[in-house]
Order: sequence, then C-alpha cells, then structure tokens
Amino acid sequence: MSSDLRDLYQEMILDHCKRPRNFHAMPSPDRKAEGYNPLCGDRETVYLDLEGDVLKDVSFQGAGCAISTASASMMTESVKGKTRAEADALFERFHDLITGKPNGANGPELGKLEVFSGVRGYPVRVKCATLPWHTLKAALDGAGVPVSTESEGPAAESGGA
Amino acid sequence: MSTAVRETGAAYDVAALRSDFPILATRVYGKPLVYLDNAASAQKPLAVIEAERDVYERCYANIHRGVHWLSVHATDAYDAAREKARAFVNARAAHEIIFLRGTTEAVNLVAQTYGRRNVGAGDEVLITGLEHHSNIVPWQMLCEEKGARLSVVPLDEAGEIDPDTLERMLTPRTKLVSVAHLSNALGTVLPVKRIAELAHARGIPVLVDGAQAVPRMPVDVRDLDCDFYAFSSHKIYGPTGVGVLYGKTALLEAMPPWQGGGDMIRSVTFEKTTYNALPYKFEAGTPNITGGIAFGAALDYVSGIGLDRIAAHEHDILAYATEQVSAIEGLKIIGTAREKAGVLSFVLDGVHPHDIGTVLDREGIAIRTGHHCAQPVMERYGLSATARASFGLYNTRGEVDALVAAIHKVVRMFR
Repeated sequence: MSSDLRDLYQEMILDHCKRPRNFHAMPSPDRKAEGYNPLCGDRETVYLDLEGDVLKDVSFQGAGCAISTASASMMTESVKGKTRAEADALFERFHDLITGKPNGANGPELGKLEVFSGVRGYPVRVKCATLPWHTLKAALDGAGVPVSTESEGPAAESGGA
Repeated sequence: MSTAVRETGAAYDVAALRSDFPILATRVYGKPLVYLDNAASAQKPLAVIEAERDVYERCYANIHRGVHWLSVHATDAYDAAREKARAFVNARAAHEIIFLRGTTEAVNLVAQTYGRRNVGAGDEVLITGLEHHSNIVPWQMLCEEKGARLSVVPLDEAGEIDPDTLERMLTPRTKLVSVAHLSNALGTVLPVKRIAELAHARGIPVLVDGAQAVPRMPVDVRDLDCDFYAFSSHKIYGPTGVGVLYGKTALLEAMPPWQGGGDMIRSVTFEKTTYNALPYKFEAGTPNITGGIAFGAALDYVSGIGLDRIAAHEHDILAYATEQVSAIEGLKIIGTAREKAGVLSFVLDGVHPHDIGTVLDREGIAIRTGHHCAQPVMERYGLSATARASFGLYNTRGEVDALVAAIHKVVRMFR
C-alpha cells in the first residue's frame, strides 16, 4: 500500500472495518436513528440506551464502506458511558480533525479516534466518517426522521450517469 | 488531429487518437491518468476545444436575431451543427432535431408536452427496470400529476429485458414506452428496434434514451423507427449543456410548446402569441451557441473515425476487461447481458465500492462508484452500489491491465 493510502486506511481502521464492534441491533433501544449517504447508498442505524444524560449503551448496524463502518464502530466505543454534552464535544473535535481545522485548545481528547486524521487528505470521504456521528446526533435528538449526509453544507455530487 | 485513422482500411490507431485528447496526458498523484469514467462524461478532443475557442475568437454573437455579419455567421455555424446532428442519427429533416441542454431535458420535454397532452387518469407509461433516474422521475412526475400509472418491465438476472414480457405489459391504456438504448449501470444493449415494432403494432409511440448508445454504436433513428430519441453532447466528446431531442415531424408538430420565450414565437401580442415552426417552437431563449457549434465539431470528430470502428474497438476493450477481471477471486460482474457495450460494473467480496474507488484513484484510475443514478437497478441486485469502469474510444488494453493490477491491490489491502 502506498504511504498515502496507509494514512487513510490505517491498520486500526481496517481492523474495525473487518470486525466492527457493537455491531448489532438492540431489541428495544431508548432511541434509534437511521443515517443515509445518498452519494454511495450507505445506510447505518444507530441504537442508544440512555441513563439520564449518559449514553449507557450504543450499537449500530448497516452496510457501509470501510471508513463509515470503522467510524461507526469506533464511535460506539468512544461515546459509551459519556454524557450527551461530552459526546457532542467529541464529535465537534472529530469533525475538526477530519476536515483539517486547527485544534481548539480545550477540546476533549480524541484518543484512538486520531487514526481518522488521514481522512483530511480525502475530502470526498469526510461524509463517510461523519455519517455515524450525524446519525448518533439524530438519535439523541430523537428526531425520528432519517438523517442524510446531504443535509450539511453544499450538496455533494449525487447525479451524473 | 489523427489523420491516420481516416484512411480507409487503416488500423485503429489508438495512440494517435489519444494524442487528440490533451487531458489524457495528465498525471494523477504522479501516475498516468487512466480515465475509465466515460459513461459519466467523455473527455474532449482538441477539435472540440478549438471549435469553442474559435467561436469566441471569430464569430460569436447571438443567433437568429441580428442582421449583422457576426450574427449571420454564428447562426450559420449553429444551424450547421444541427444539420450534422441530423445526419449523425439519419433523421429525415433538420427541424426534427431539437437542441436542448441534454438527454434529461429532452425526456422532460416529452413528458411535459406529449405526455401532459396524451396521458390521462388511469393511463400507463411503460419503462424498464434498467432506466437511469432521468428516464424514471419525469414519468413519475407526470403520472402523479395525471393519476396515471408507471409500469416497469422487470430486469432478469443477467440485466436483460425480455421483449415478450414487455409486449405482454403493453395494454390499451399504455400511452408511451420509454426505454434506454444502452444501460449506463449494466452495459446492456436493449433491442429498441424490436421494442418499437411491438409498441407500434398497438399504436404506441416510443422514446429511446440514447445517452450511452450514441457514443458507442451507429444509431439510425429511421431504421430503429423510434418516435423520439434523446442524447447528450458531453457523452460523445462534445461540451456539456447541449443535447438533442429527435422527434418525428408529425408528433413534434402536434405537441404544444414547452417553455415560452424568445425564439419560440412567430408573433406576440398581449392577446395572443403564435408559435414558431420546428425546431424553434421548442427552443425558447438564447441557447448554448458555442456549445452547440462545438458539439457539431465533436460529431465531425467521431464520424471521421467511424462509429462502427469505435464500436469494434470498445467491444475489444470490454471483452478483454471482462475476461481479465473475471479471473479475480471474489469479483462479480453485475450485468452479464449477451449484448453489452462500453460498461463494466462489478462488486468485490467484502470491499465496498467506495473504497475500491479511493484506492484506484490513488493509482491514477478514474472509475465511478455508487448507484450510477439507477437506484432501482442496484435494488434489483440487492446492492447499494457498484464499481463501474466505462470505456471510450481512447482506452487501451494497457489501461485495462492497470485497472486489474489496481483491483488486485484492493484485494490485498482489504482481505
């Protein structure tokens, strides 16, 4: 693999893609939401059990590319046990990381989510990495309508032949 | 320009043809560009690039309006492009060639004029399971408005449409049949001549979406006997924003105009407007003048090579690519029709097409990944996406080898 591609497809990402963690439906979750990326047709469902303000359990299911699957898998591990505010802050920091924005001084530690830093070199793949996070947000908001990666910012290419 | 290939009987000189396309010399991430996304849009030869430039440098003005020298010359050049398009698909008359923005606009025009006038509550429009969204959605919009029904001839596992099944789905309520000539997602060539015969036996007109076929095979609308034929300039090595709706004179005459504005009128008062003759009745507003003229240059370019020779070359490349990728373990070709052209869609066990696309991109190879604006086709195969290599007149066996090597790299990475 070229060093460039290795930046994106780091070992840990490939591992989570092949063996996603918390990859199952919940029979009776407190919250769930479906995320959809019309660019590639990926769909992911995120399930949530809450205890007050704390994300007691998080899982997901669906079919996606390596980046979105690994992102979902690692997201579930990262946010489990955190409060909603902590999860929101983590997403914000994660988003900054993969879009190449300079780190804010006081954000939370990303920990192993840092392996997604290579995504910034692949702007068209940012939406793959954020899909599960947007879906988690929708589940927390209890919006009940599927979220689309195309609801943020200018629409990506979804036409053509 | 490559004069070598124009000599009768000369070998197909792909290297000479490649030198007509400046962009093919591009390097991507330090590697030679391998452009295999021709079904999305084809690259442009110098002849087209220079034609655009030439219009702006020598004879640009608005057309069909001015008495001045520039306007007359621009009008002549634009009308000449229309005549080239007529000859290219062998239409009877140049007024049967409506210049529009592209295939999508052509289908919408027919839906909004012929369709709105002739399709009523309880009627049916018949399409097939392999259509591009642009040959689905305009009919859905029409059917919703009219309380009509959209019927869909199913795709079989190979990606073919059975004409007998199609025939059985023609009913007394069917008002129009609209089918692709060549599937953008699967590469299937549809028997559109046979489909037209079947529909005509019941007095039903047929629209053919020829966006993918026109760059890949000789098309003769009189031989096909279709009633409408739509195609785009940008897929046949011309500029974007230009396309053609061919229609039989009698049908076009009977259709109401679509958009109102300049050029489509004969006279206007506040009480009444009389409409212009064909083709202008359907060409409101200032068109893509430069693009239209350069589209003519693109048609000259491919005609100079010969569509039959381009078809033979692409057939060889597709056959070679099919054979080569079939040997890759875990790779499945989606779309295995007996008659195919230009398009190779595939999936790879355990690897999402998006990841295939990213890895190939870093090898300099441009393919399309996704649903190809044909989500019902993807659904038919239980997929959300495929990877698609699509070929043009300038692709080589060497480029197929690069594709195959890159797919092997994908396999090594993800397994």
